[in-house]
This record gives sequence, C-alpha cells and structure tokens, in this order.
Amino acid sequence: MSAASTNDFVIKLANVNGTGSASANGLLMKAIFRMGVPVVGKNVFPSNIQGLPTWYEIRVTGDGYRGRSGDVHIMVAMNAETYEQDLAELSPGGFLIYDNTWPRPHFLSRKDVTVLGVPLARMCNEAFKVARSRILMKNMAYVGVIAALLDLDLHVLHGLVRDMFASKAKLIDLNMQAIALGFDYAKENFSCPLCFRVEPMDKTKGKVMIDGNTAAGLGCVYAGATFGAWYPITPSTSLMDGFAKYCAQLRVDEDTGKHKYCIIQAEDELAAAGMVIGASWNGARAFTPTSGPGISLMSEFIGFAYYAEIPFVLFDIQRVGPSTGMPTRTQQCDIQLCAYASHGDTRHILLFPADPGECFEMAVQAHDLAERFQTPVFVLSDIDIGMNDWMVDELSWDDSYQPDRGKVLSAEQLEKIEKFHRYLDVDGDHIPYRTLPGVHPKGAYFTRGSGHNKWGGYTEDGQEYKELVDRLRLKWASSADHVPAPVIIKSEKKTNCAILSLGSCDGAVVEARDRLEAKGLPLNYMRVRGFPFCSEVENFIQNHEQVYVVEQNRDAQLLNLLLAETRVKRKKLLSVLHYSGEPLDYRFVFDEILKASEMRKSA
Amino acid sequence: MTSFVKPRIRRKNQPVNELGLTRADYEGAMSTLCAGCGHDSVTASMARAFFRLSIEPHRAVKVSGIGCSSKTTAYFLRESHGNNTVHGRMPSVATGAAAANSSLTYIGVSGDGDSLSIGLGQFVHAMRRNVNMLYVLENNGVYGLTKGQFSASADIGSLAKKGAPNEQPPIDPVSLALSVGATFVARGFSGDREQLVPLIEAGLKHKGFGLIDVISPCVSFNDHKGSTKSYAHTYKYYHKSVHADFVPPSKDIKVKYDEGEMMPVELHDGGVIRLRKLERGFDPRDRAAATMALAKAQQNKEILTGLIHIDESHPDMHELNRMEERPLNEIPYAELNPGAAKLAELQKNFR
Ligand SMILES: Cc1ncc(C[n+]2csc(CCOP(=O)(O)OP(=O)(O)O)c2C)c(N)n1
Ligand code: SF4
Ligand SMILES: [Mg+2]
Repeated sequence: MSAASTNDFVIKLANVNGTGSASANGLLMKAIFRMGVPVVGKNVFPSNIQGLPTWYEIRVTGDGYRGRSGDVHIMVAMNAETYEQDLAELSPGGFLIYDNTWPRPHFLSRKDVTVLGVPLARMCNEAFKVARSRILMKNMAYVGVIAALLDLDLHVLHGLVRDMFASKAKLIDLNMQAIALGFDYAKENFSCPLCFRVEPMDKTKGKVMIDGNTAAGLGCVYAGATFGAWYPITPSTSLMDGFAKYCAQLRVDEDTGKHKYCIIQAEDELAAAGMVIGASWNGARAFTPTSGPGISLMSEFIGFAYYAEIPFVLFDIQRVGPSTGMPTRTQQCDIQLCAYASHGDTRHILLFPADPGECFEMAVQAHDLAERFQTPVFVLSDIDIGMNDWMVDELSWDDSYQPDRGKVLSAEQLEKIEKFHRYLDVDGDHIPYRTLPGVHPKGAYFTRGSGHNKWGGYTEDGQEYKELVDRLRLKWASSADHVPAPVIIKSEKKTNCAILSLGSCDGAVVEARDRLEAKGLPLNYMRVRGFPFCSEVENFIQNHEQVYVVEQNRDAQLLNLLLAETRVKRKKLLSVLHYSGEPLDYRFVFDEILKASEMRKSA
Repeated sequence: MTSFVKPRIRRKNQPVNELGLTRADYEGAMSTLCAGCGHDSVTASMARAFFRLSIEPHRAVKVSGIGCSSKTTAYFLRESHGNNTVHGRMPSVATGAAAANSSLTYIGVSGDGDSLSIGLGQFVHAMRRNVNMLYVLENNGVYGLTKGQFSASADIGSLAKKGAPNEQPPIDPVSLALSVGATFVARGFSGDREQLVPLIEAGLKHKGFGLIDVISPCVSFNDHKGSTKSYAHTYKYYHKSVHADFVPPSKDIKVKYDEGEMMPVELHDGGVIRLRKLERGFDPRDRAAATMALAKAQQNKEILTGLIHIDESHPDMHELNRMEERPLNEIPYAELNPGAAKLAELQKNFR
C-alpha cells in the first residue's frame, strides 16, 4: 500500500493523441511548479498525429529529485483502449480517475486501488455547444477534478489559463468554466483532498521549466550562430523551431525587416550537413540539429569535415534505433556512432548534456570547440531531454563572453606573413591556422577531402599522409581538457564502488545513489560530460574496484568506449543497461545495482 | 574593399585587365587530366572569363564535387579559395558558403556523374533555391574518373568503348533546369571557346543560379565512333541558337543592335547581356519558347547550344530569405548577442 504523501507522488495521464490533452497536462504540471513544488514531467507519445495512445507523467517531488520513480499513484485514464494496461500500472493504494459517462464495472477487479468515476463527457456535452470544444474542455474538466483532489491553488490555475490565452478573453472564460465543472464535481462527490496532495513550498524560486531543444536553440542564438540547416526529423525539429523563433524575435532589423541569419530546410540530411560545412568554412557560425538516421546520412560529410578540418556543429537528439526504430522513444544509442562517425580513421568531440540547462551551455561550447579545434562537434541530447519540460536553474549568461573563433588569420596577419600553409602546425599545438575566402590573396588554399600534406598540397605520399593524420589524432586528444569536465559526487562514507553515467541518466542515478547509500551501499558517482575522456575519467575508474556504468542502450556503448579509450580493466566495469525507450527511473538503477552488489558479495 | 592583389611579373605587351592583371594571374596548378580532355579547355575558358571580368581572384570561390571535371577547380584561379567537396554534394556546400558571404563570386564545377546521378537531388534543389552561383557541368556522358561507365546523360544508343549500347533514356540537365525554374540556363561545348567564354561571363554576372551544360568529351573513354558525346559527333550535330555577349557596366553600351539581335537583358549590377539570334533562334527570356525549341532540337537529334533561358526578375536565395546585404560572416558578435538581461526577460515565459 502506498502511504499517504504530500508533495511526493506520481500522477499519470493516459490520453488519446490529438485530443488536445498536451496543453491541459502542461497546465497541471506548471500549476504545481508555480506552487513552489518541484516537478518532473515526461511525455510518452506515439509516432502518430491522431488516434494512438499517449501518456503524460507528472512526478511531484518535494525532495527535488529529477528522474522518474517508476510508481504511479494517480492514473487519469482518458483512453478506453489502454484502460487495462493503465489499471495494471497503478501502485497499490492508488487512485484511478476515469470518465464514467460510460461506466466500466470491471475496474473493480482490483481491490487495492480506488476508482473515481467522473462523468466528464456528459458534463461537457451539457455545458458546451461546439463539438470540438466538448472534446477539448474534457481535458480542462479533469484538470479541475485533479485540482480539487490534490488541493491545488485555483488562483494559480487561473493565472496560468490567463497567460495561456492572453489575448482571447472568450477562451479564458471557457477554460475556467470547464475547470470549475470538474472541480465542483469532485468537491461534491469525493472527499477532497486525497491522501496524495500538494502543499505550497518555496523550492522553485530561480527555476524555470524548459525543454532541451528550446534551450539548445536559444544557446545557438547566444553562441552567435547565424546559419542553420536541417531536415525535419523527430525529435530534433523543435530545436530548429526554437532557433527560428528566437531569431525572428531578436535578429530582424526593425526598420528594414532584414534578417541577420539564414535558416534553410534542406532536401535531406546530406545537404543539411554540406550547407553547414559550407557556411562554417566561410566563417559563419553554423549548426544542424538531427537524430540518428540523419547522422547515418551525414557520415561521409562528417569525415570530410574531420579530414579537411572544418568546424561543424551537430546536435543529435537520440531516439530509439536501429533504422526508424521507435522514433518517439528515448535512448542513448548513438554514442559509438558519433564517436567514430564516417569511414577511415575518424574520431570526434562529443558533449553529453544532462538537462536543458546544459543544452543551453553546451550549444555555446560546441561552437567554441568546433572553431577552436576545426572539427565536427556533436551534442548528444535525447528525446527525454530534448522534448520534455525540465525544471532547471534559470539560464544565465555572462555578458563578457566572447566567442572563441579559433585560429583564423586576418587580412593584416596574412599581409605580414611570407606564405600561408593551411595544415602546418606553426604553434606546436596541433592546430593549424585557417583563412576565410575573400580576405586576402595570400590566404587562398585548396580544401580537399583527398590526400593532402601539411603544406596544403595534394599528396599520395604515405609519409606525408601519416604526418597529417597523426597530427589530427593529437589535436583531437588535446581537446580532452577543453570539453566540459566530468561531474563527481563523492560519498561521505568510504567506498570502493562507484557509478559512472552520462546525460539524461543523471536524475535517476542521483536518486538511486542516495537510496542505495541509505540502504548501506555507499557509491561515488561520476557523470562524464565530454569525449575524448580526460585523464580524470580513467583515474576515477582506476581508483575504484567496481564501477557500474549506467546508460540507455543495449550494447553498453559508453562502457565499450571507456574500454577502447582508457587503459581500465574490463572486470572493473559492470553494465546497467536500460533500453525500453522509456525515460530511465531510479528504481531500475537501484534494483540493478543492488542485485549486482549482492551477487558480488556472494561470489 | 581594398585590393591586395599584386600582379605577377609580366612581359611587355601582355594584355592586362582593369586590375592590371594578366591571364597568367588567373591560372592554377598544372592539370593532371588526359591530354586532349575537354575539361582542360573548359578550365581555360573559365580562367579567361574571370580575367575578362576583372574579378579579383581572391574574391572568387571555387567549389566542386568528385570526378575528373571536379578536379579542375585546382587548375585555374590559384589565388581563390577552392573546396573540392564530396561526390555529388557540391551544391549544398556552395549553398552554405554563399549564405555566409554573399559578396563573393561563386563558381561550381561538376560532372555529369556528379550532378545527374549521385548528386541529382542537390543539383535540382540548388536551382530551386536560386543560389547565386554559376554551375558549370562538364558533360562527357561517362564517369571518367572511374574509367568509363555510362553516366545518366548518355543518349539511348550511344555506344560504350567496348561496344555495348546505352539503353536508358538520358537526363538532359538543360531540360531539367528549365523545368525546376533555373534562372540562367545555357549549353556550350568545350571546343567552342568563342561561344563559351561570354556565356561564362554572363553566367557569373547573373544574379541567381546559372547553369552551363558544357559538352566536354572524354578522350580516354567516350570519344570513339558511335558515342554521342565524342568531339566528332558534337561538331556534326552542334546547333547554335542564341549567342550571348556580356557587356560590363562601365562600357558605354548605347544599344546598337544589329539585325538578328534582340533586346539586351540588363543585369543587377548594370551590366548587359546582348543576345544574338542565330539560324532558328528564339527569345531566351521566354521559358516556354526555350522549352519548345529544346524539345524540337532533341527530336531532330541536334545539340542546341547558346543561352537558352534567362530570367533576371526572380529573387535569389538571399532575397528569398530576406537576408541583409552585409555578409553573415561580417556581422559583429555584439549585434548577435541578446545579452543577459534579455535572457532573463525571455525566461518569464518559462515560469
Ligand atoms: C560516395 C562515392 N561513391 C563513388 C565514388 C567514385 N567516383 C569518383 S568520380 C565518380 C564519377 C565521376 O563522374 P563525372 O562526375 O561524370 O566526372 P568525370 O570524371 O566524367 O569528369 C565516381 C563514381 C566516390 N568518389 N564517392
Ligand atoms: S578520363 Fe576522360 S574525363 Fe578524365 S581526364 Fe581523361 S579524358 Fe578527361
Ligand atoms: Mg562525366
């Protein structure tokens, strides 16, 4: 039986795609957030526009944990197709709310949950005339029911409705009316509030709710990117939408209407890659957002940019593969693909954001690194980070920031030098100077993906070839100390066991670690944030006897990358793999590590 | 923009252009193509056009794909940046480069394999976008660099070197360009520099996408009897329709047009293209007439050459994207950074 709980429970809403439930669910989550209580929202949606089931999960977490818990305490079952599954998922002691306009006595098959029927359809059909608003207002009516059951602040809800429909007074009234319908019905028929309820707190001050793609798009604006090219693909589309929205808002000359940016919807990902490479080569900050299938298509160009040393920023919002896979479900399945993308000996810089806040920061860092190291840089986000609203610290900006445009020679510098050689390691830091077209005749050189030597000339000479690719390897390795450093959490207790993880696993891992420690299993924790791995990563593993590597893919891609790129022994590492496509929950991590540690003890 | 160009040492009486540069200043590395390859003649024509237009070499950008033809960007304009990209994908790199800096002159060089098979998609979409560039397609009916396989421009019945005929219908880049709205469409022949050089000049000065399909025989794999892309076949069926001359803005061109000449086409920078109708010529400003003439010529197995279509009225990619005049890569960061205060303001929506 779930115990009564204030500010610590999960409410899940089962809806039909395309019925307008998304905004109602968002409203609900934001209301709790505005009451000062931390929330975690996860949208599990189908690859479909209308008709298939979709779920929205809101975890109310007074403790401020950022992952899923794996429980469901309140289920709002609005989709008859999934009633059975939804009922089964409910934790003992939970509540199921459904539309009893059409009663479903078989719900009574579970004796350990309480079923609350509300005649949502009937009430809305009586109250509203237009067919479409009858469907839409059903969503608002269940928001009202939940508001009463959880003791939500109606003023907060009203404020949100007002913000949402700012200019349309009629819609505000309509939505308020629907909320009141549900609210009043619940008050009259159930004993409110439930044992699960929300009490105002003060824990969301200085926080915002934002999704990773919007944050990354905004990051590209702040990075000074002026060019973006893309080919639509879920779940990366909203990144370019974000960039476009902020450019339209911030980068259009008021008097002339002229743009200080250019966004091109390419004919495919190959073209998007080529356009970004062309723009970067020509001195504009440029990027492309995509997902796994797009990276596959871009591979040839990625190798070109690597070998010809052209800055190239890519965002891979990972989704479940292989092939089309489950395109709206999340995974961390492109780690290996991106690390070595393209044919020949290639290796790249990867950044692993864990939340939208880091998406914003790393969007800026990716541009700096790509131009500093003249090479492709991948930001590996995923659906969970990219498309869910996360509660994060308000994004901040340092006004003294200046972009690192890397080693680009100006006309004046070129005028002074005897002769320019594109691939010569003049400074001994493995990074050659580059020039931009049109700046100075002395800067001209021939960029090619075919064999070239350090002077920039064509070559088929083995020694010259080796000299250049050896430098590329050193250049790449030297970026290890410039990618974002790993984050380490040390246990206060002595331990020789640790967790190593990355990206969107963070919330679940942090919580699992706390709970494991409470159970007598203290663990240190390192979250890697960049590739190539800096020496700290190897040292961390070496300093532990057992390291659990938590990641979201079948093949232990991070673990294998660690084995390939450090000298750590295989037996030190143990995989915890989650790859169902649902965002990771702490219970999974907790259970797996506990199991493994017990096996270890008994072995 | 100040000129950094310093003329090379030159002999007396060598012709110089308005910048004081000689033809040698527009040359590049030594060609490594087969002796007699049509592509080398096209290279010479491109160098000549840049010389005649007095374009500062370092203000030009050369892009190409992969193939013998695509290699040639190394063989002219040594003081220009070149970008020899990947097979069939030059148009996208050119698009991005042009977007970043609209103030340079862009020339793309490609082959029939590069443009019509692996790169067909990018080729067509660059035309649809009306990227401001000249695209020279050196068309020899085969993949030269991979030793003579038929390309998609091979005519039905054209014989391979080993004797097998091609049985699939060809893709004609000129018809294709007309159908997707290209704004400057021409065909030339590597063997006719007199016609080709002014076409290249006009194409470079045209605002928007210019395509010149240049028949450019491959002497190693497709110059035998029975090939429809051989020198002999091309000379035989070569049919000039409209001759185009480019007249720069500085020259006084108080239009004196002779018999057979049409209204000159005025370009965005004040230059003019003078059109001379030859034999069964037509008005290339009329897309429908051009399409008809092309279809007729195809029926008669004639190779229609010259300026086939021009439309100066269509907005180019920059205009379509409402971009400001100043190149993107010259906008200072201070103008692009919204600042901390703005970031705080924007986040009011996220509460
Ligand atoms: C992805 C890829 N596939 C195949 C090749 C091999 N390849 C090089 S050039 C070429 C054909 C070039 O033909 P064309 O563009 O007509 O040029 P030409 O040599 O005839 O001038 C091919 C298939 C390649 N470079 N890249
Ligand atoms: S193979 Fe053909 S296309 Fe290539 S260089 Fe030789 S003649 Fe020219
Ligand atoms: Mg060819």
